[in-house]
Amino acid sequence: MNEENNGGDVVVKVRDLKKYFELHVGMFKFWGEPIYVKAVDGISFDIRKGEVLGLVGESGCGKTTTGRLLTRLEDPTAGSILFHGKDIAKLKGKDLKEYRKNVQMIFQDPYESLNPRFTVLKTVMEPLLIHGIGDTYEDKVEMVIKALEDAELKPAEEYLERFPHELSGGQRQRVAIARALVLRPQFIVADEPVSMLDVSIRAGVMNLMLDLRDKYGIPFLFITHDIAVARYMSDRIAVMYLGKIVEMGETDDVIFNPLHPYTKALISAVPVPDPDHKHGRVEIKGEIPSPINLPPGCRFWPRCPYAQKGLCDTKDPPLVEVKEGHYVACHFAEKFAAGEEVPKKESALA
Amino acid sequence: MAKVLLDVKNLSVHYKIQAGWVYAVDDVSFTLHRGETMGLVGESGCGKTTTGYGITQLLASNAYIKEGSKVIFDGKDFVEMSTVPSKKFPGYRRIVEYHPEMRKYRWKRISMIFQGAMNAFNPVFKVGDQIIEAILTHENVTEEEARKRVERLYELVGIPKDRIDNYPHEYSGGMKQRAMIAMALALNPDLIIADEPTTALDVVTQDKILGEMARLQKENNVAMIIITHDVSVVAEMAHKMAVMYAGHLVEVGSTRQVFKETAHPYMEALLKAFPSIKGEKKRLKAIPGSPPDLANPPKGCRFAPRCPYAKDICLEEEPPVVEVAPGHFSKCHFAEELYGELGGEANE
Repeated sequence: MNEENNGGDVVVKVRDLKKYFELHVGMFKFWGEPIYVKAVDGISFDIRKGEVLGLVGESGCGKTTTGRLLTRLEDPTAGSILFHGKDIAKLKGKDLKEYRKNVQMIFQDPYESLNPRFTVLKTVMEPLLIHGIGDTYEDKVEMVIKALEDAELKPAEEYLERFPHELSGGQRQRVAIARALVLRPQFIVADEPVSMLDVSIRAGVMNLMLDLRDKYGIPFLFITHDIAVARYMSDRIAVMYLGKIVEMGETDDVIFNPLHPYTKALISAVPVPDPDHKHGRVEIKGEIPSPINLPPGCRFWPRCPYAQKGLCDTKDPPLVEVKEGHYVACHFAEKFAAGEEVPKKESALA
Repeated sequence: MAKVLLDVKNLSVHYKIQAGWVYAVDDVSFTLHRGETMGLVGESGCGKTTTGYGITQLLASNAYIKEGSKVIFDGKDFVEMSTVPSKKFPGYRRIVEYHPEMRKYRWKRISMIFQGAMNAFNPVFKVGDQIIEAILTHENVTEEEARKRVERLYELVGIPKDRIDNYPHEYSGGMKQRAMIAMALALNPDLIIADEPTTALDVVTQDKILGEMARLQKENNVAMIIITHDVSVVAEMAHKMAVMYAGHLVEVGSTRQVFKETAHPYMEALLKAFPSIKGEKKRLKAIPGSPPDLANPPKGCRFAPRCPYAKDICLEEEPPVVEVAPGHFSKCHFAEELYGELGGEANE
């Protein structure tokens, strides 16, 4: 990965980040090697100021774990997370609390992420109390009102005394956004923030996040399984498969010119809201394997139509920059990029 | 497509709650031909599932069907057949549970793919046995014959045969969904009602399942109703579509008509709020406000409070259903005026 450019603008720099969960299944607890689930297995990316990085992938690919690592809700197994140049992967105690002031998270389910017994005022004020921000109660209320207005809950005064059950799904998610904004964070991780919302409400919440990015220049890590949503929200997209980033680049580069066979399949599988659209069939076989028994070599080879024996099943392809700003982890990426024919092996390795 | 298979006329299903009634489905009419696929789209709580389940009357015990509703399946009116006038609530009909006539239709003629196939199978029985049980309940065949048929079905939906004797937890999400489809096809039904068949699945799996469903539907000439919130799934799968909003069917027509010659403001708004991976990136337009409470729906057009085209009449009078083009209906006061004006931008 290019280390030198954009040094000043980079807010979050992740290098070779790993998270292994140890499994204790039955007798393995006592005998032999412990078994690991390699949820995140060596990923690297940068998030620049004012940028939305979309992290997409199927369920179980490690995208949520990545988000939780960045907010330090999980402790990384290895690797570094540089926040404004400072490694936060090993922070503890006071320093960690200070970091968490700068980093906020928006969760998937606004029905679960708000305390049903807290009013909107109490919910949004809680971060201020935890971090001791605002001198008087009135100051705090003012900040809460400002945050609610930023989240387009206007007039904010009307919402202060309401409980979550009095709000619609979209309004709840806006309260969750206000709660994240009230601390004026420098980085927000949004984990599937719109997947629980209906279409008519979803567009409003997505627009709100884009407007906030424009207004305050807050970078987002936007985690989603919905590629159409990721395209709408993101400046750049990173595609994850079994704990690794397989492709990363400018949004429309990745969407219209995918170079990794997995990304190609993923994008061709997305249904398009147009009855005239004819889309090709997905070429990949089977389903995402369990992250406990990872295949050797490239993780995607058992399902890949281009897999070659002796190469793909032995050597793990690194993430390389194929074109400017377009990274791909595939042995044939350069050939795909140059438009060269790569022979398909019908049943090569299956 | 030859014969009308299902004719739903003025179907109204209301739920009795303590505080009054929830008008979940109101005056819904559509027809479905043999071998045709219809997409029933709408947001959560708009009554699309109640409509689907209302056909086979698999509804909660507080659901009542309004007098005058008709669900005619292959010449037989289900409402007349298996409901009785309610003594408690005049003007409504009560569903007779486990009605013997109705049970002959369920699964044999009309089968269902339930929302979240993950939980639709009983976890303590083998998947194959559950399908065999469904066959044995309805048909006079031996267990070996039923098993043979399950093997054939598994082949059809793409699950290895040796998985018949596995338990549901040994299947992945996509495989459970495939097994569910196998079960829905087991008795050669005329109609399959699929309630959000792929919502819980990943895109690649979703694509495969949808492809499979389309193929099987064509080969067996089954009619299908796909209930979903995702208009792109409908665009891909359905011949015709029905758009629901707050208990009303606001637009019905062929998928092409509804997408390309939109005749109802709600459908236009829906398309403008839907992100796509195709075409240029445009700013999405959210629909202001939120859907109404169906226990207390607005007078007049139920979409009027959120509609950019609404005039005084919309807030006062319930709009009529207008046929703007052959087979293309819109429930809007200004359907004629708006027809041809809507949707152009969203579909470029």
